[in-house]
Amino acid sequence: MTASVAVPDQEGRFGDFGGRYVPETLMHALRQLTDHYEMARNDPEFQKQFEYYLKEYVGRPSPLYFAERLTKEAGGARIYLKREDLNHTGAHKINNCIGQALLTKRMGKPRVIAETGAGQHGVASATACALFGLKCAVYMGEEDVRRQKLNVFKMKAMGAEVIVVTSGSRTLRDAVNEAMRDWMASVQDTHYIIGSVIGPHPFPAMVRDFQAVIGSETRQQCMEKLGRLPDVVVACVGGGSNSAGMFYPFVGDHSVQLVGVEAGGRNPHPGHHAATLSHGKPGVLHGTFSYVLQDDDGQTAPVHSISAGLDYPGVGPEHSYWKDTERVHYTSISDAEALDGFSIASRLEGILPALETSHAIVEGMRLAAKRRKEDVVVICFSGRGDKDCFEVARLQGENIEE
Amino acid sequence: MNAIDALFQRLRSQGRKAFIPFIPAGDPDLAASAALIEECARRGASLVEIGFPYSDPIADGSVIQASYTRALDKGLKVDQIFAMIREVKAKEPFKSGDVPLVGMVSYSLVHHRGPEAFIKTAMEAGLAGAIVPDLPVEEAERLSLLAASHDFKLIHLVTPTTPRDRATRIAKQSTGFLYCVSVVGITGERSQIPPELMDQLRWLRTQTALPMCVGFGISKPEHVKTLREGTDGVIVGSALVRRLEKASSLSRAELVKDVGEQVAALVAALHEGI
Repeated sequence: MTASVAVPDQEGRFGDFGGRYVPETLMHALRQLTDHYEMARNDPEFQKQFEYYLKEYVGRPSPLYFAERLTKEAGGARIYLKREDLNHTGAHKINNCIGQALLTKRMGKPRVIAETGAGQHGVASATACALFGLKCAVYMGEEDVRRQKLNVFKMKAMGAEVIVVTSGSRTLRDAVNEAMRDWMASVQDTHYIIGSVIGPHPFPAMVRDFQAVIGSETRQQCMEKLGRLPDVVVACVGGGSNSAGMFYPFVGDHSVQLVGVEAGGRNPHPGHHAATLSHGKPGVLHGTFSYVLQDDDGQTAPVHSISAGLDYPGVGPEHSYWKDTERVHYTSISDAEALDGFSIASRLEGILPALETSHAIVEGMRLAAKRRKEDVVVICFSGRGDKDCFEVARLQGENIEE
Repeated sequence: MNAIDALFQRLRSQGRKAFIPFIPAGDPDLAASAALIEECARRGASLVEIGFPYSDPIADGSVIQASYTRALDKGLKVDQIFAMIREVKAKEPFKSGDVPLVGMVSYSLVHHRGPEAFIKTAMEAGLAGAIVPDLPVEEAERLSLLAASHDFKLIHLVTPTTPRDRATRIAKQSTGFLYCVSVVGITGERSQIPPELMDQLRWLRTQTALPMCVGFGISKPEHVKTLREGTDGVIVGSALVRRLEKASSLSRAELVKDVGEQVAALVAALHEGI
């Protein structure tokens, strides 16, 4: 089977994956959202607005930067970095939040809720809500609140309420559960901005479309700078939004090899990684049918990654579709390797990558090393590493906290 | 005949309503769950819903999720739940089917075993049907067909946000009874019954001959009295599950008595003056 770009279908299916596995209470809201999104997508006025804010507020287009020293270090193909770290708020997350906040305004809903793990999506949601005058509540696991004090402060400074989640594992997974619960009780006046290409239809398609600006710009920039398409495109995959946005515009370009990089964690044993596509099985989590990390009894498995943004036991259904159609190759990079990636990009290019991004850098350099000098490898530089400095310092045995 | 169909036929001919308690499996342990299920029946429950703990229950409120977390933290497995059900089912009034047992289970767990295997094991253990709260009708086709071919009831939910044409479709697809959700939101206790709910129930009554039971947010005898009009039964979950939070400070006998007395009070309210 070949991967199609004409997915999902009306029921939100990407091949076998996707759909809507949610309580009946949400079905009406999801149908409404699907209708509103379809109309907005086909409305040139909405698209113009979206593009306006991406350009004037986010600072797009983000550069496609030739990383000369990384290229030299790898010793093979030319390495280009798609600089999503230069967006306002420092990562790709803002693209989706601007799109969904505009849609929220269009639907006439005054309130937004969001979930966040490390806090990047929470900050981006709080930002978009401040920009458009929407009330914002962000669900965040107790563990993550403790680990990401700076992002908690940023969200509050922008007027968002941060709701501490103390149920279950007290991390991202439970923040999603709680946000869904809030939405079930508040759906009439509230929109839920899911931060990745996960959840029930239409979220996986909608988030992909808002993030597809990454891949579309990359494609155009390659044509302008190089006069041709890249040979390889690499991006990290947690829930999979930067990678879905990067890959989607290239799905029909069969000469372009697409590589998704998951969190290999400490080792491939259950509970020590978050490599859902590499080690998981198809199942249902958070309203969608996709690959998921479960134990033998069907319960969601604990996950681990050095990078909080990849620390998720599920993955977007379109990635599952791309895996099974073999359009995208998925691999994983360990915690230790990702730390090396953080260090290499910092020292050789003067750009501190997010730990999520560091996974893609390591794989991108490996792939570049195996290729000819004329070839082109693009790495999606999904976010900047400021947020990870404390964690990296801690792992290196330094204390930079006061 | 399926035990659920027989139950509602019997209740209707007697002019009575069903009281349906929800007992989550494995909290504080499976022996307690079995004792609680038996106590519920002894105190007048017509049918018992048994919750299958799942790690990410988006359809349930915080009280039930906390119970599920407690059970899973002790290593509870689905097979152990089936074994407990099998034991309960071997005794009266479950053996004869007078008090049917129904599973409340997330689709993730059903899919993991495979729908066919799940239904077979569930029936063999003694469940007469299941509620899969995160499986809307659009996704339920395959499971519905399988269930129908085994006369295993698949109970669907209608909520206050469900548009009318959709509610009609759901009522057609549901078997055993129709689960009418009383509030917008997740399971959990509420102080008042919203008036729009009564309108919706009256309208639904004109659309389906299927027994209608109402649940979510019911905790007080007054709720039960209000809701018995126009429905075939009421379902009480979180209000009972909340009692399990204190389980560690109570003896087994005290816990069973505590839940039993609450069930008895609600059953009394349901039948008062009828």
